[in-house]
Amino acid sequence: MGSGGWETARAECGVGRGNLSGSACQGSGAAPPRPSVSAPQSAPVPSDVVRGKRAALFFAAVAILLGLPLWWKTTETYRAPLPYSQISALNALQLRLMVPVTVVFTRDSIPLDDQEKLPFTVVHEREIPLKYKMKIKCRFQKAYRRALDHEEEALSSGSVHEAEAMLAELKEQAEGSLTVYVISEYSSLLPQDMMSYIGPERTAVVRGIMHREAFNIIGRRIIQIAQAMSLTEDVLAAALADHLPEDKWSSDKRRPLKSSLGYEITFSLLNPDPKSHDVHWDIEGAVQHYVWPFLNALSAAGNFSVDSQILYYAMLGVNPRFDPTSFSYYLPMHSLPHVINPVESRLGSSAASLYPVLNFLLYVPELAHSPLYIQDMDGAPVATNAFHSPRWGGIMVYNIDPKAYNASELPVRVEVDMVQVMEVFLAQLRLLFGIAQPQVPPKCLLSGPKNEGLMTWELDQLLWARSVENLATATTTLTSLAQLLGKISNIVIKDDVASEVYRAVAAVQKAAEELASGHLSSAFVASQEAVTSSERAFFDPSLLHLLYFPDDQKFAIYIPLFLPMAVPILLSLVKIFLEMHKSWRKPEKID
Amino acid sequence: MAAPCFFSRLWRAALALLALGSLAASQIEDQAKQFFRSGHTNNWAVLVCTSRFWFNYRHVANTLSVYRSVKRLGIPDSHIVLMLADDMACNARNPKPATVFSHKNMELNVYGDDVEVDYRSYEVTVENFLRVLTGRIPPSTPRSKRLLSDDRSNILIYMTGHGGNGFLKFQDSEEITNIELADAFEQMWQKRRYNELLFIIDTCQGASMYERFYSPNIMALASSQVGEDSLSFQVCPKSLCVSTPGHRTDLFQRDPKHVLITDFFGSVRKVEITTETLSLQRDSQITESSYKEDRMDEELMEPLKYAEQLPVAQIIHQALLAEVWTLPSAPCGMLGSRSWPATFTETEAEGLAPPWGLHSRPVGPYHHGFLQDLWNQAHEVHFLDSRVREGRVEDCSLG
Repeated sequence: MGSGGWETARAECGVGRGNLSGSACQGSGAAPPRPSVSAPQSAPVPSDVVRGKRAALFFAAVAILLGLPLWWKTTETYRAPLPYSQISALNALQLRLMVPVTVVFTRDSIPLDDQEKLPFTVVHEREIPLKYKMKIKCRFQKAYRRALDHEEEALSSGSVHEAEAMLAELKEQAEGSLTVYVISEYSSLLPQDMMSYIGPERTAVVRGIMHREAFNIIGRRIIQIAQAMSLTEDVLAAALADHLPEDKWSSDKRRPLKSSLGYEITFSLLNPDPKSHDVHWDIEGAVQHYVWPFLNALSAAGNFSVDSQILYYAMLGVNPRFDPTSFSYYLPMHSLPHVINPVESRLGSSAASLYPVLNFLLYVPELAHSPLYIQDMDGAPVATNAFHSPRWGGIMVYNIDPKAYNASELPVRVEVDMVQVMEVFLAQLRLLFGIAQPQVPPKCLLSGPKNEGLMTWELDQLLWARSVENLATATTTLTSLAQLLGKISNIVIKDDVASEVYRAVAAVQKAAEELASGHLSSAFVASQEAVTSSERAFFDPSLLHLLYFPDDQKFAIYIPLFLPMAVPILLSLVKIFLEMHKSWRKPEKID
Repeated sequence: MAAPCFFSRLWRAALALLALGSLAASQIEDQAKQFFRSGHTNNWAVLVCTSRFWFNYRHVANTLSVYRSVKRLGIPDSHIVLMLADDMACNARNPKPATVFSHKNMELNVYGDDVEVDYRSYEVTVENFLRVLTGRIPPSTPRSKRLLSDDRSNILIYMTGHGGNGFLKFQDSEEITNIELADAFEQMWQKRRYNELLFIIDTCQGASMYERFYSPNIMALASSQVGEDSLSFQVCPKSLCVSTPGHRTDLFQRDPKHVLITDFFGSVRKVEITTETLSLQRDSQITESSYKEDRMDEELMEPLKYAEQLPVAQIIHQALLAEVWTLPSAPCGMLGSRSWPATFTETEAEGLAPPWGLHSRPVGPYHHGFLQDLWNQAHEVHFLDSRVREGRVEDCSLG
């Protein structure tokens, strides 16, 4: 029956050969019917069969050679080319932090024959032993020279502060550089037992020595001073605290804020008892006088914005305890962590800005709980009556003078002493930024802080630490982006994301160069640009485009499209192949 | 001469050794304590309820219960990302509008009046969820909708809804598979967006969702194994509907026995006493002038009187009163002071009483008097009642 059907089909094909329309044989991808009798090799194959075979082969060729690559190319995730080799080279980046130090020798500081050798340059390089993939070397480039006349004059004045003032007004020092003045061993500029002095403005004074090895000895002292004023292992370890695996729990390293382009600082006055206390604080004047000078000194580290508010009926979440011996209330140290959370929701800090927010709260305790003291671990009241939380801010409790209650009726007018408050808040701000107390070498006199509360070389220290931190963050971000692209195949990289990556890589390299040549401010700017570009590239919303479209769901989409087309082609190819295989076998059989 | 020197040196050496020994012992103890402590400084929570519609009330209730627990233990709203369809409290079918209860005895209203839902209604999608986790958020997103965690954050992720083998259904329109979730966590790990992660999934066949995780520091808990349904025990008795909870701790570096619940569910700030101050110069000129300005302002204003504040403590810890209540005067002056319940049923308000007959119940131990007063007042001024009876949901919510 089946063969009969085929015979008739062949007959029809034969008849309708001349027609181009209506024939069932033409245009179909179906295999031509197999000859039912094993015809000898010499029997002529009808041209339709040949045409049919050619058609099938052509279809298959087009589908496989043209269609498959086209489909593959058009459905692959678009990835603009990225500099993978440069990104992996960043992992092995060697950072060299150069601190240019100018050492000025006065007339009587060193022996005469040593003075003849001036001027020359000495380099002191040391690798910082941190367990981090980026190797960091600290290089102090000391340029020795003789003192000029006006410098000699300044250094022979009565006190070191006068000398400092005279020297400072003469020239402006670049960020990151230091100047050390070497004075005579018996000079009276410094107190007799002090060997050195660190000033507030990137200058230091060191005693000289009349000795054969004068240069070496003085050189060592200078290195000690220069390290205290710029880079020590601790400063760098604190900067890289987030990237180093060990010592996660040291409180010093958890304290500083992460590097960011800007910061928002909020001052809040909490008055839980307005019936008893009518509190006024001149926050605008205080901010103008004390806070803005400090922030302006720090302005190289980021943009700052300051706001303030007064909250009424804001309670602490903790009940203070009564201490009968001193007739006062106290907050024990272990209850302090629970104070912050209930009050935080009322501060509105989340609506302020996208920058990290630092909150400084001044709490005036209610009449029923006055006076209120904060106790430390030993049970003694804290002198400042304040505490702070890393990466959040600080809280200070302001107790009202009990004499204010005597004469007047409630509510009592309270004028907050802003100087006392700002002294504490600015100290907390320094701690939160990671500006630690400097490690001064022995027998060194540290000058008192400037009016702003920040010494210029402390700012330099902050910039060094921030630059290193920024470079570490940018490198990690770029490396993790490259790793992610290798692991997850569904991530799309558009052209603008690729250009951000290129920009980030270039900025990292530029920052490393600038650090190696000692230009701190341009290095910091370049490192900030590196961080912003790399974060922008990593967190671009378009990278998520295809993430929730897993590979196994693609089969469900392609099968209804490709299967109906693929099955006839494959079947025809199989039939052609089997037929050819059979026809090859036959000559062997005969032979 | 040498012998006393030698003995003194020996004595000193012994002392030094002892001191070192005790120091070392205390250091080892410190180190041991620190080793068991997690190194986190802040806590975040991402709570997701992936279903909507009235018959999925229990999912919303579960998510809100976790929200309440987490808030009570200290995580502030700014650190919680809550994704809810939020169509329960003001649903037309809700017999107690503006409430969501976690148990059928209606003891605890987990909706309350200070819920902050970050992603509401149709914003709860797979894409938004993944954007929150990976941080790839459009720049115009407000701060409360972002997960601003860093490498010292412990994150709690709680998901509930309908799930299957390897996927979780989002609002009846899309799914998230376990592979996508694992990839999202890997992206978080690469960018160090978490210190440790606790992933809790409360759906049918929940264990399949954590099978594919491959990033470190993740602990996963599921309410049911693959092939099991996870059903509400209030609907189905425990004997019939039991599912076996599953967990996965192989990716977690610390020993789970030493992990505190509050490492993930609570938030305790690290706090230090401030011991230093700066010294600032006083600028007396400025402070005096500002004082004078304040004085002048005050003389112009009238003396202020402080209003009686709402006795919040009394409302919350309301004792159960069995005696007769006197109603305070109604805001619109419709009622004078009357005693409840004697004259209440006689008023015209009775005809407007809602169908579940709140007013007709006698005063008993299961009434909270003050709240009841407010409720009744509201009915008497025809405010809430008309809207409830017409069942308009839009009036209930604010947007």
